[in-house]
Amino acid sequence: MDYYLTEEEQMIKELAAQIADEKIVPVRAKFDESGEFPWDIIKVIADADLFRIFIPEEYEGMGDRAMSLALVTEELSRACAGVSVSYAASALGAIPIILYANDEQKKRFLPRIASGKSLAAFALTESNAGSDAGAIQTTAKLDGNEYVLNGTKQWITNGGEAEVYTVIAMTDKSRGARGVSAFIVEKGTPGFDFGKKEDKLGIRASTTRELIFNDCRIPKENLLKREGFGFIVAMKTFDKSRPGVAAQAVGIAEGAFREALKYSKEREQFGNLISSFQGIQFMLADMGTQIEAARALTYAAARMIDKGAKNYKKEAAMAKLFASDVAMKVTVDAVQILGGYGYMKEYPVEKMMRDAKITQIYEGTNQIQRLVIASELIRETVSKK
Amino acid sequence: MKIIVLIKQVPDTTNVSINPDTNTLMREGVESIINPFDMYAIEEALRLKERLNGEPETVVLSMGPPQVETALREALSMGIDKAVLLTDRKFAGSDTLATSYTLAAAIKKLDDYSLVLCGKQAIDGDTAQVGPGVATWLDLPIATYIRKIEEIDKEKILVERLMDMGYDRISLKLPALLTVVKELNEPRLPSLRGKLKAKKAEIINWGFEDLGIEEDMIGLDGSPTYVVKIFSPPPKQGGEKFHGNPEDSAKKIFEYLTSTKII
Ligand SMILES: Cc1cc2nc3c(=O)[nH]c(=O)nc-3n(C[C@H](O)[C@H](O)[C@H](O)COP(=O)(O)OP(=O)(O)OC[C@H]3O[C@@H](n4cnc5c(N)ncnc54)[C@H](O)[C@@H]3O)c2cc1C
Ligand SMILES: Cc1cc2nc3c(=O)[nH]c(=O)nc-3n(C[C@H](O)[C@H](O)[C@H](O)COP(=O)(O)OP(=O)(O)OC[C@H]3O[C@@H](n4cnc5c(N)ncnc54)[C@H](O)[C@@H]3O)c2cc1C
Repeated sequence: MDYYLTEEEQMIKELAAQIADEKIVPVRAKFDESGEFPWDIIKVIADADLFRIFIPEEYEGMGDRAMSLALVTEELSRACAGVSVSYAASALGAIPIILYANDEQKKRFLPRIASGKSLAAFALTESNAGSDAGAIQTTAKLDGNEYVLNGTKQWITNGGEAEVYTVIAMTDKSRGARGVSAFIVEKGTPGFDFGKKEDKLGIRASTTRELIFNDCRIPKENLLKREGFGFIVAMKTFDKSRPGVAAQAVGIAEGAFREALKYSKEREQFGNLISSFQGIQFMLADMGTQIEAARALTYAAARMIDKGAKNYKKEAAMAKLFASDVAMKVTVDAVQILGGYGYMKEYPVEKMMRDAKITQIYEGTNQIQRLVIASELIRETVSKK
Repeated sequence: MKIIVLIKQVPDTTNVSINPDTNTLMREGVESIINPFDMYAIEEALRLKERLNGEPETVVLSMGPPQVETALREALSMGIDKAVLLTDRKFAGSDTLATSYTLAAAIKKLDDYSLVLCGKQAIDGDTAQVGPGVATWLDLPIATYIRKIEEIDKEKILVERLMDMGYDRISLKLPALLTVVKELNEPRLPSLRGKLKAKKAEIINWGFEDLGIEEDMIGLDGSPTYVVKIFSPPPKQGGEKFHGNPEDSAKKIFEYLTSTKII
């Protein structure tokens, strides 16, 4: 389907596709196997200026555009979602800074993220606070000109690799979600360490790790906005980042679909190509249609953000929900079309199936997306009365 | 000081098929790319510029039809400073002699160059003659099959030439011409800023009138090459093996060589 991308968007997409095909496809199985962080590929992405496309021009970026971010994420994900999430998580870590930091903070952190010299990360989840983000126990206490952080964040993408962390911590427990604040913490700050690196089902090239704060002192100036604003920071960040997860899901699905389509035109059984069997054709037709629908929803949400819509919470959640469910279904079907070969590591679809699962879980599980969508739908009908 | 890279636009033969009846490339619908060996030359020019603290100006030069502009813009998007296209109806039909004569004239016109880089050969024409041809017209020292540039300063360059076994180290006075092999480096991808800049960049166009060259030495008239026949050579056969003790084998080889009048 033709989405009438601008010339610059087309250029961005082609560049990301070139990186995916030339630099990622040949090594993705190796990184999936070893779980090593793909620094060489991150450098290629950085040299191509692709970390600049989600950062405003004033801070050495090339424009803060959700559509560009979606296009790059989709193309990289087509090759390897482990690589693409390492890229997209840097955007996730940068979004709160772009949305809520003051000019001085932006000048300090955004140019480094734009150049790709520093990766960013976003740290909300804790062992007892997943979907229930208000239950976080990491604390930040003001002491003179510094905040003192204590607690442990869990499953943080880019943990240990990133230089810049947006960390959500409790400044006033008595106020619940209204007592939560957002901080920027730099790697290397005394009292800030990294714990266990997780061994995962999928997106294995990416790093998922614990952040441990032990009387970690950060300057007061690293607070975003003001105390008590952290929950809003987190929620608005997700609204803006969810089309990125949707794009990741679309990319994974597209990658698996292309493999399945290609294979169906090569594999013969009963004296015919399997692509001539209607049972296979119907699967391919459904996969192709579902991917296109997911892509259309994703791009529409991204366009809304770029056109300056005030509230896109529902649309972002819908895109993330739908696209991730499509990715799961399409990758399972792709393995099915490849039969036993699909189950083997010589072919990339089993990896894609493993990778797809995470898109239904992080940045809000799909159950949580449905809660968000429903509450927005209900709120809209109430406010229309 | 300039580093000039000669690039040729060629059909992407990784996706091309050969018409078995005529033994010619089936060019329809085939994408055009920069000759892969020229990509290493472009990359090396960019690296030399970095090594020399940004001092030299990097220039790509190509002769061909107007669509070669896309190849030149690709080189600009990788970071090359300037692009020159030699295009003119009068250049059409040039063989390697006329091509190298015309390219040499443009290099002279560019002036103030210290290094000319070429690919080791073009993947379509495959003659590997244009580099040496240009060096001859310009009376430049030349080294072919370069896999590494060890040192460079204002006066000279120290390079490694890839050989079947090992390599040669060669020092050349500048200005000089090198043809390069894939072992030299790994070409970078373009950057987004590079692509945007390249899209708007001006390409310098030179035709016959601009070069002050002899009309009967260019194009079809200036091309003495006459292609009689094009064919794929049969793949190398395994040869004959002589088994047994060294003395008997040597005798047999000697008999074979004399009977076939090789010696
Ligand atoms: C690979 C990976 C990378 C991650 N990266 C990051 C990161 O960079 N930064 C970060 O902060 N976090 C990150 N996370 C954490 C991720 O966002 C959480 O895992 C996710 O929010 C879900 O939390 P949970 O795992 O604790 O599940 P739980 O919240 O314990 O949920 C368990 C189940 O209950 C369901 N459930 C929970 N509440 C409800 C409800 N009210 N109604 C219906 N169903 C409900 C859930 O949908 C789920 O099915 C990452 C996780 C993984 C696995
Ligand atoms: C089989 C065959 C048939 C041919 N038929 C004809 C014919 O019928 N009529 C005719 O006139 N000519 C013909 N030619 C000549 C040929 O098409 C041109 O001379 C060609 O442009 C250069 O030769 P090459 O491709 O072998 O390049 P090579 O000498 O292999 O190229 C080496 C390097 O020289 C540089 N270079 C080469 N060409 C250019 C260029 N145009 N611009 C800038 N740099 C360049 C590049 O750096 C390249 O890597 C034929 C050649 C062959 C091999």
